[in-house]
Formats: sequence, structure tokens, C-alpha cells
Amino acid sequence: MDHVLRTHKITKYFYDPEKFQVLKEIDLVVNKGEFLSLVGKSGCGKSTLLYVLSTMDTDYEGELEISGQRLTGKNQNALARFRNEHIGFVFQFHYLLPEFTALQNVMIPAQKLGRYTRSEIEERAYEKLKMLGMHEHALKPSAKLSGGQQQRVAIARGIINDPDIIMGDEPTGNLDSYNTGLVFEIFQELTHTYHQTIIAVTHDEAFAHKSDRIVEMSDGRIVHPGGVLLPKMQT
Amino acid sequence: MKLSISIAKTHLLSRPKQTLVAMLGVTFGIGMFIAMVSLMTGLNNFTEELTMTSSPDIHIYNDIAEGRPTLLSVVYPDALQVVHHQKPKQETLKVRHALQLATLLRNDTRVSGVAPTLSSQVFYNYGPVQLNGMIAGVDILEEDKLFNLRAKMKAGRIEDLKAHAEGIIMGIGLARKLQVHHGDRVVITTPQGYTMTLKIVGIFQMGIGTVDNIRSYANISTVQTILQQDPSYITDINVKLKDLHQAKQLAPEFQRLSGYKAEDWETANATFLTGSIIRNILTYSVSFTLLVVAGFGIYNILNMTIHNKMKDIAILKAMGFAGKDVKQIFMIQSLVIGFVGSLAGLLIGYTLSLIISKVPFNGGDFIALDHLPVNFNPRYYFIGIVFGVATTAVAGYLPSRKASKLDPIEILRG
Repeated sequence: MDHVLRTHKITKYFYDPEKFQVLKEIDLVVNKGEFLSLVGKSGCGKSTLLYVLSTMDTDYEGELEISGQRLTGKNQNALARFRNEHIGFVFQFHYLLPEFTALQNVMIPAQKLGRYTRSEIEERAYEKLKMLGMHEHALKPSAKLSGGQQQRVAIARGIINDPDIIMGDEPTGNLDSYNTGLVFEIFQELTHTYHQTIIAVTHDEAFAHKSDRIVEMSDGRIVHPGGVLLPKMQT
Repeated sequence: MKLSISIAKTHLLSRPKQTLVAMLGVTFGIGMFIAMVSLMTGLNNFTEELTMTSSPDIHIYNDIAEGRPTLLSVVYPDALQVVHHQKPKQETLKVRHALQLATLLRNDTRVSGVAPTLSSQVFYNYGPVQLNGMIAGVDILEEDKLFNLRAKMKAGRIEDLKAHAEGIIMGIGLARKLQVHHGDRVVITTPQGYTMTLKIVGIFQMGIGTVDNIRSYANISTVQTILQQDPSYITDINVKLKDLHQAKQLAPEFQRLSGYKAEDWETANATFLTGSIIRNILTYSVSFTLLVVAGFGIYNILNMTIHNKMKDIAILKAMGFAGKDVKQIFMIQSLVIGFVGSLAGLLIGYTLSLIISKVPFNGGDFIALDHLPVNFNPRYYFIGIVFGVATTAVAGYLPSRKASKLDPIEILRG
């Protein structure tokens, strides 16, 4: 099976208030279609790792490669373009743009990418919303939606450009158990039906245990690489 | 770009009050700029026009007060000499060979008109009272070419002066003081005691009290007669140039050519022109201040917007908006505020100017003015909009840059 993401000895320091090594030579390979949970205690560095993987944090040592592209050392504009095309995000707080409708929120990353015409984008956005059961709320202002609904719209926005990876930072952290279940089902469907790769940082043990692979971190190291689907080590 | 515009538009429309307040700042600044600059340049143009009607582009005359070197200093240029109370010798004001000089000047391609004149102080007799004034002996048709007298006639025609050897065209203020009308006769006396009765064939109004209240025109020969001088006696040559802004350069040349003092209009009217400059400085500094204040308003509002939109900016960046895209979104907002605000400002400025131009204003005896002069030159409207948009661009740039530099991780991690 192909890997989508690979890191080589990723090391990162925090300098404030004093020098502190938050990530210690992380080697991680994520395969296509894997639903991976990144778990660990608070402060173990899992969120920090996710933001390095997301390409938003460029202040690290080591190497990062996604979809066969080496991303270490690229400039911010190139990385922004890369994120737009290859990475979808789902955050704990839904972070929809409140002045826009649900549909517009979903459309924005696609309009930014500019691969399709506006009407095509609108059609695709409707499709994604429908997949998540949100098409009835498409024209509502996003601020008028409930938390669970907003998170589903956010997921639709995350997958509008058919990204190689969806990255989630506590995607269910702010949801009740019903909506947590719903979001989990959506993720599962995405991985199983559409072979979508998902990396989610989570505190939620139940959520993690239902995912395909659990990577456990402690003190800036991966202490348990999971590996249900781990292929033969490719350094 | 299209996406940035649509996001910017949504941002602006979702907070109409804030947007409106920001725009009003610009509108007020530009509106005041237009109103002020219209009135000030209107006044400047008016005074300049007045200046032009009362003084020729270049005035050539015999300046007796012109410093005269003493004989000693000519003979012993290095010697120390002390001369107290040097006085001019008895000299006539005559410009020699004036008519030949006039012909010479007329043939100059840069000159559009030359009028030799002679003028003298006279007393206008009004019963037992004598009013002090000036009489200018002119070729009235030449004079008309220089000063457009025809348009300033309140009674009579300028040709009437040609027909009446003993005619006089009088300033309106003077006529009023003397209580005389078109067709009446007036007695004038020269300082030398020569008295003559002249018929008023016309009345003019220049619009400036200092001219209208003392001056009158007569034929050259008439004035030569009352001064008891020969027919070649001319005291002044007035020159009109094709381009009046050349006056300052040409005056010294004409001075060398004629051997007499040649004074350009800018030097002759330095006080008027200084007034113009000061008015311009005032207009631009007040407008600039207003716009700076408006600029601070925009800076503030945009800063606040960006502060409120930190999360949105972070998520936009996560989704693949580069720093420059974010900057674009906020720059578009400030430019739209600037442009729409400036346009509204132009409209308000125009309306204000229109109102000002209708306000009755009594210039009194000194200046003939019934309402304020306002300049509707489109140039200032263009400057206004450029000024407005530029200010908002500067005011918007700093917050926009801040937004573009924002680190999304800090916000997304909470």
C-alpha cells in the first residue's frame, strides 16, 4: 500500500519561556486510506506534531513529505497552495466564516483552488453537503447552525478539494456524544468508502479505539506507533 | 482575486454601520477639501483676473526714483564717498521715442498688444470741492485690446471717445462721487493749474475700487494738451503678451531694449499673489489634516475588524490562503471604503460649492462682487478622489499587513 505522508526525524523546540524539545526525532509513515488517531497526554506534543504535518508550522528540523512531495524548506506561499490542494482541515471549534452561508463556506477552498468553474463548484459543494446530510441547510448563514451541524459543514469544506489527507485537531472535542458518533461515522465512511486518509488528534478514547490505527505519543516521542496497517518499515 | 473581492464584500456588508462610519470619515474629509479648494481657487482666480484687468503684463515707464549713480562714484569707483540726501534732478516722466518703441514691440512675436499711454494726476472739480484722481491718455482701441474695456463699459461705447476729442470715460466710483452721468460735463484741473472741461462719453467699471474711484480715460492728445506737452509726450507703454507667464522673463529684456524700467505684473501685484499662495497652503493643510483624521478612523476600524476576524484569518490560511491573499482581502475593503467614501465626498463637496456660489456676498466699494466666486474645475475633483483613495490605502495597508503576517497556529491551538 502507498504511503501518503512520511516524516523523517522531525524535531522541534519551543523557545519560550525556555528552550524545550517538544518533538524528538519523529518518524511516521501514514498510508493511503488510513484512519489514524494521534493520542497522548496533554503536552505530549501531538497537536504540535499535527501542525508540523499540516505544513502550517515550518519551524522544525527533519523532513516532511506528503503525496510524494518534499515540503520541508518550501516557502509559505507554496505551502499555502499545497494545503489548499492536498490537505483538508477539521478543527475543534468549527471555524466557519460566520457571515457566509454553509454552502459558501464549503465553496471557498474550491474557489481558491480554481480548478472548476463556479457552477461546478456549487454542484460539488451541494454533493458534499448532501453526503453529510446537510444539504437542507446549505443556504443558511453558518452562524445559525448548531455545533454538530457546523462541524459537518466544516467536514464538507475539508473534503471539497478531494484532499489527500484530512487533518483533525480534536474534531469531536466540542461535540455532544450524539454528534461525536455522527462525525465518527462520517470519518469511517470517508475512509472505508472513499479511501480518504484521516489523521486526527483526539482525547476521546472511544473515538480513538474505533479508528484504524492509534499512534500514541509521550514526551515528544511516538511510544506506540499502532500498526494494524503498518507496512514493512521503509525507513 | 474574485474570491478575495467576494469575501471583502461580505465583510463590508455584514457590518454596515462600521463600514458607513469609516466611509463618512473619508466623505467628510474629501467633501470639505472640495468645498474649500473650490472657494479658495475661485477667490484666487477672481483676484488674479482683477489684477490682470488693472495691470498690464509688462509696464514700461520712466522710473525717476531709480537709483542714480553719483558722478564721484563714476570717476572714482573705489573711492569712499558720502552723499547726504541725494535728490533727483528736474526730469520729465517722458519715455523718449515711445511710438517707435511701441512699433518695435508690436513686431515682437511674443507680444500681442502694445498701448502707449500717458497719465497725469488731476483734480476733478465738484462744486467747490476738488477730488483727487488720475487721467490716462490712451488710444482707446489699443487699450481695449489689452484690458478688454468694452466688456466693462456701464454706459456709452468706447468708440465714442474716438469721436469726441474732448470726451472722457470715467470710472463708475468717481462718477458716483461727482454725481455726474453719461453726457454730463466735468471740469478738471492739473497740478500745474491748467483747467479743461470734458464731456463724459462713457462710464466703466473694472471692479476694483482703487481704479474705479480715481481713474478716467481720455484721448492721448487731450491729456497732452492739459499737460501742455508736445504730441510725442508718452509716459507709459503697456504691453500684453501672448503668454502672460512669460512676463517675468521678458521684462528684463524689454528693460534693456527700451532703456526704461519694465515691470512685470507678478512684481507689480506681489501682495495679491502672496495672498493666493497663503490661501493655497491653508486649503491643502486643512484638507490634509481632515484626511489624516479620516485615515486614522479607517486604520482603527480595520484594525478592529482584523482583531475580530483573527479566527477567520487563521482558518483561511489553513485552507490555503497565502499571506498576500489575506492582505488583498483587507486592502480591498479599505480601498472600497476609500473609493466610495471619496465619491460621496465629491458629491457633497460639489453640493457645498454650489450652495456657496449662491450665497450673496457684498464686496463693498472696493471689489465689485455680488456672490462668492467658486471654481468648479474638475481637476480638484480628480485630486480629491486620488487623495482620498491614497489616504485609505495607506491607512489600510498597516492592518492588512498585520493580518497577512498572522500566525494561524497560535489561534487554531486556542
